[in-house]
Amino acid sequence: MPEDKKYKKALPRIDEESKGFWEACQRHELYVQQCRACGARRYYPRALCPACLSDDTEWVLSSGRGTVYTYTVTYQNQAAGFRDELPYVLAYVELAEGVRLLTNIVGCAPEDVKIGMPVQVSFDAVTPEVTLPKFKPV
Amino acid sequence: MGFNRQVVIAGVYEHPTRWAPDKTMFQIHAESARGALQDAGLSIKDVDGYFTSGVGPIGVLSMAEHLNLQPRYLDSTSIGGSSFVAHVTHAAAAIAAGLCEVALITYGSTASSERFAVGTGGGFAGDPPDHFEAAFGPTVLGSYALVAQRHMHEFGTTSEQLAEIAVTIRRHASLNPVAKFRDPITLEDVLASRIVSSPLHLLDCCIISDGGGAIVVTSAGRARDLAKRPVYVLGGSEACCHTSMGMRDLTDMAARQSGPRAMAMAGVTHADVDMCMIYDSFTITVLETLENLGFCKKGEGGAFVQNGRIGLGGELPINTDGGGLSSNHPGMRGIFLVIEATKQLRGECGSRQVKDCEIALCHGTGGTLGLRHSGATLVLGKG
Repeated sequence: MPEDKKYKKALPRIDEESKGFWEACQRHELYVQQCRACGARRYYPRALCPACLSDDTEWVLSSGRGTVYTYTVTYQNQAAGFRDELPYVLAYVELAEGVRLLTNIVGCAPEDVKIGMPVQVSFDAVTPEVTLPKFKPV
Repeated sequence: MGFNRQVVIAGVYEHPTRWAPDKTMFQIHAESARGALQDAGLSIKDVDGYFTSGVGPIGVLSMAEHLNLQPRYLDSTSIGGSSFVAHVTHAAAAIAAGLCEVALITYGSTASSERFAVGTGGGFAGDPPDHFEAAFGPTVLGSYALVAQRHMHEFGTTSEQLAEIAVTIRRHASLNPVAKFRDPITLEDVLASRIVSSPLHLLDCCIISDGGGAIVVTSAGRARDLAKRPVYVLGGSEACCHTSMGMRDLTDMAARQSGPRAMAMAGVTHADVDMCMIYDSFTITVLETLENLGFCKKGEGGAFVQNGRIGLGGELPINTDGGGLSSNHPGMRGIFLVIEATKQLRGECGSRQVKDCEIALCHGTGGTLGLRHSGATLVLGKG
């Protein structure tokens, strides 16, 4: 692949605790975790429930629907890759399943993003190994 | 429980440099150590406790070697820019427990002359939570901007109210001969500066400078025949705040936990506090900290900072040195909060002196406000 076409942004490390999540993203499915022992939901995924330290975990398929909890239009970021794609929208989306996740809002002009705006997950296969859950307006 | 006026700050030194391409980071630490020990009337040979941060994973050992220290107590707590505020509490606890008697805390950085992009470089620690964040491009600045946007949405806080903080702190910087930026600015200047990460403008952001400082903490008994009037360490506490399994309210800060604990330990109320040194990485940090410390209710910070209340001569002067917004910010500013508060309590601040200053509160925020941050509160009293 020519140097200028390579994906330059930071990529997640896919490890034993997180691979279930990232593999599901490749199938265009978004999961959150729920503890079978105490019922607490959690994001990001990890092996043990921080609320009770049980490792009896259920993966709950998310509807992929949520609302923008907060956002910022980023006009400056010197990091590789990001500096070439300014401005972009960094946001917390609150999923219908009750957890908030950091993501990007795509598919609309940055100035059209508002807090409370309904959004739907939009998977972005940035490399053959990594598909990122981003969100677009409904 | 508490320190019962048994622990004091005996010496402080703020390195005057803001641009030091001719110095190393370790040299700034050493020059700062020399300054604080001279201020206290103590020698490097008296130091038996050593505290630092920002020098790499085991950099405290390298610094101890560089200063040829043989401490019996070492602490390299690294919780971001608030670390040095926490170090004072840790030093006080160690001294109260008899683990050391003369604690030296040092800081130094050449962030500016090395062109280190403190707020917009997109640093990536590589720990599990980072792997669910870094791919989406959060800058340090952006994480604070997420909080500012939410605060505006929930409470109607305005960019003008945030700008008031930057204008007030610049006015204070104009009274500090070593502040990096001393020319007064107006609300219009802040609002007309470019947006770096919405809703934060360039002048809502701290500056980047070189710099350093040092603090000497010792027992009240040891301080009795030292050079300067001691300043009492009355209370201290810390806390951390993170995404809480994806459930966090972004208008809550670690200050909400550490502030009341430190004040209770010190036996002071909000009305007793004569001045505050609030970590001002960004204007929103100050506004949310004042709310979370309880100086006003949540959502009332915007109105609280208006009409001169946080300026010199106001009800609660803050950041009289010009803060990170205008005086200096070499990456981790916590040590300067303690140094300026100590000088205020000694009455050494000249044209920026707070009248009848008897109780000062420092609050450091470290890390990234909208992702993971620490809070360290310290209450100091006039000796």
